[in-house]
Amino acid sequence: MGINMLSSITQLQDRILRDRAFFNGLLDDLSINVTEMFRDPEFYKSLREKIIPKLRTYAYFKIWQAGCSTGEEVYSIAILLKEEGLLDRCQVYATDFNRKVLEIAKEGVYQKSEIEQFERNYELSGGKYKLSDYYKSRYGSVIFNRELSSKIVFADHNLVTDKVFADVNLILCRNVLIYFEKSLQENVIGLFYDSLVPSGILCLGTKESIKFSRYEHLFDVVDEKQKIYKKKIM
Amino acid sequence: MYKAIVMGASYGGLEALKIILPQFPAGFPVPVIVVLHIGDHDNEIFLGYMNELCPLQVKEAEGNEPIRKGFIYFAPPNYHLLIEADFTFSLTTDEKHNYSRPSIDVLFESAAWAYTRNLIGVVLTGANSDGALGLKTIKDYGGMTMIQSPCSALSPAMPRAALKIALPEFRLKLDRIAEKLIEIVNSDR
Repeated sequence: MGINMLSSITQLQDRILRDRAFFNGLLDDLSINVTEMFRDPEFYKSLREKIIPKLRTYAYFKIWQAGCSTGEEVYSIAILLKEEGLLDRCQVYATDFNRKVLEIAKEGVYQKSEIEQFERNYELSGGKYKLSDYYKSRYGSVIFNRELSSKIVFADHNLVTDKVFADVNLILCRNVLIYFEKSLQENVIGLFYDSLVPSGILCLGTKESIKFSRYEHLFDVVDEKQKIYKKKIM
Repeated sequence: MYKAIVMGASYGGLEALKIILPQFPAGFPVPVIVVLHIGDHDNEIFLGYMNELCPLQVKEAEGNEPIRKGFIYFAPPNYHLLIEADFTFSLTTDEKHNYSRPSIDVLFESAAWAYTRNLIGVVLTGANSDGALGLKTIKDYGGMTMIQSPCSALSPAMPRAALKIALPEFRLKLDRIAEKLIEIVNSDR
């Protein structure tokens, strides 16, 4: 509020209601955008072992990273696909409702200071080479190879208000649902269900689950601990 | 009337909690909610072990879960644990606070907002200063505050920071903490 020279909540409310650009800026500021590459290495290990072989059976497949934030996780997926020789066979959609973070994601430029953690995660996740094979360092930043983002479309999509936009084979949405209350979680899981092809895979965060949701019986559990589910063939 | 106890521990916390938590009897009328800094590792084995030791049921706190008496809840590793106004848990992956996720301050502050004066906060052994500001918030909202006496702590820095910033009502040796908490909670019913 200080930045915008507003002295009261009432003034803030006034700007929110009348000024669309201000509203969008506030929305961006209120969203949470903390993430890292290969966060939860065990998850990526499981993905590599249990899901990659399934994707390999498709001539062409689509992946949706929902709530991609600043892009660390979608670059992680691209690296994994590259190592498995599948990057050329796929289309990745990386979406977020926050346009500021989408711009950062598109750039694929991250702080050098974070890389150490990313490297550690990459190794623990069963990475085949070195993370540094995929980026160049420059002035305290690292930039990921263009090849990785060549298959990624970054797009504005709001999980709460927007609808199905493609049939996909794999959805990754990790640590997004924890911020939603139960009924909203239910709606979003429904959106994922509708977006997945039969036998499509849904990956949630370690502390998220479709348990107790009305969609529970419509999925098979692939990995209970890593929260990987497969849509049943009806 | 006290409705919950929140507890924070870091270095040396495992040993301290092993002494405190088993002392709460079955039927203890308030939930106990704990942040223990243990890095990013899975704490399943540790929780199973604590469950064996404790008359109360020990479990990891889950998002949207209603907080109930009879339970000792632990924050999951690598997530902040918060308490909502409707006395349910929420988890976040926000930035680390005091180099920690979960952070004791984050739990304590949100607990103070939800429970106001019906809350007891306890800071145990640790090598940083997490929990000090949170304990002060609990005090500011009228709750009861307690620390493990720094001289009895494996690592005195954390209770010492809490002592300095929050000026807690109680400063107790490790083996007196559970006893005192039970006394406070029972005398209040």
